[in-house]
Amino acid sequence: MSGVTILGMVGSIIILLALFEMMRRHRLREKYALIWALVALAIITVAAFPSLLFRTSQAIGLEVPANLLFFGASMVIMVLTLQHSSELGRLEERTRTLAEEIALLRLEIDQHRAADPAPRLGRQSGRTDEPAE
Amino acid sequence: MSGRRVLIIVPAWNEQDAIGGTIAEIRECVPDADLLVIDDGSLDLTAQRAQAAGATVCPLPFNLGVGGAMRTGYRYALRNGYDAAVQIDADGQHDPRYLARLLDRLDTADVVIGARFATSDDPYKVRGPRRWAMVLLARVLSRLAKTRLTDVTSGFRVSNRRAISVFATHYPAEYLGDTVESLVIAARAGCTITQVPVTMRARVAGRASHSPIKAAVYLCRAIVALVLALVRDWPAQLEEGSTAEDVEGGLPPGVHPGAVAPQPEQQEHQQEVRP
Repeated sequence: MSGVTILGMVGSIIILLALFEMMRRHRLREKYALIWALVALAIITVAAFPSLLFRTSQAIGLEVPANLLFFGASMVIMVLTLQHSSELGRLEERTRTLAEEIALLRLEIDQHRAADPAPRLGRQSGRTDEPAE
Repeated sequence: MSGRRVLIIVPAWNEQDAIGGTIAEIRECVPDADLLVIDDGSLDLTAQRAQAAGATVCPLPFNLGVGGAMRTGYRYALRNGYDAAVQIDADGQHDPRYLARLLDRLDTADVVIGARFATSDDPYKVRGPRRWAMVLLARVLSRLAKTRLTDVTSGFRVSNRRAISVFATHYPAEYLGDTVESLVIAARAGCTITQVPVTMRARVAGRASHSPIKAAVYLCRAIVALVLALVRDWPAQLEEGSTAEDVEGGLPPGVHPGAVAPQPEQQEHQQEVRP
């Protein structure tokens, strides 16, 4: 076993263990874990059978096999980042909708309070939850 | 005003110096309209001053930008059954004396824009890339709306029920989304758009930049925003941005309010009866 093989194996096993532990602690949702597990498995495969990498790069016509590895790795990272950006956009849209709903509900509550002579539980009028001045 | 229930929506962000005067002026010009100030996460006394001036204040928990503030306003208008919604800036740039004229035009259109540059003697002058951007946007939107529009970046706007129901679900928060893209959406949803020439006043606190770099950046961003608005599959927003209440309670885009049975009498204080 060459040093490269051991390095690849150890790296991907660490990733897999970390994934397992994070999922066990509810720190990672399985929809994100799946893609990282696939990445780790791909690393293990390449580390165990380096000839796969050599033959593929030869077939494509790359002189340095490591370049194929770098290309693959950068593509994976790009796709993952893109997915995160889109998830972020969805979350922002949801946050925005929630903020708008909260504002409308707050207004409705204020209007009901103003119309209803029931005790106001320590509220004078308008907003008291704002930072002073 | 022909018995219309009108809601005036004023998006305000840190406008404590201008808001009181603006509200007082609107009150004077259209006394029978309801006033809703959307406090867009202001850190100053905007909400308190607006309340003191007699407006209803809807406080957003944090700053969402004009798009978020306006969608909140249109949702309020839709849920409370208003016949017309007015969008007007808090900084006093828009003269509320034009409101009656804008509202009158709602008989023939779904969205009426208070537009600059419509007459040759308009004192509001813009030059350079900023001007090109405005002309380009206006030309494209004119073609889309099949009418002559001269100022599509105006935030002075009146909408009827049909347009309110469109804006309550689709009002983008992105750059230029609150003006240009929302008009594209309205036009694509089948709303008719028209404009009334207005003169706008100079901002109380000047912000209009004269830097050519900023103007060029504005031009580029305007083109990107316009192209995106034109190619965008906008109903996709519905999935994340709307609530069932708006979709079911409002008129779906493409249905004209004239074709729908008249709304039941609206109760005071929005005591909505929910199923």
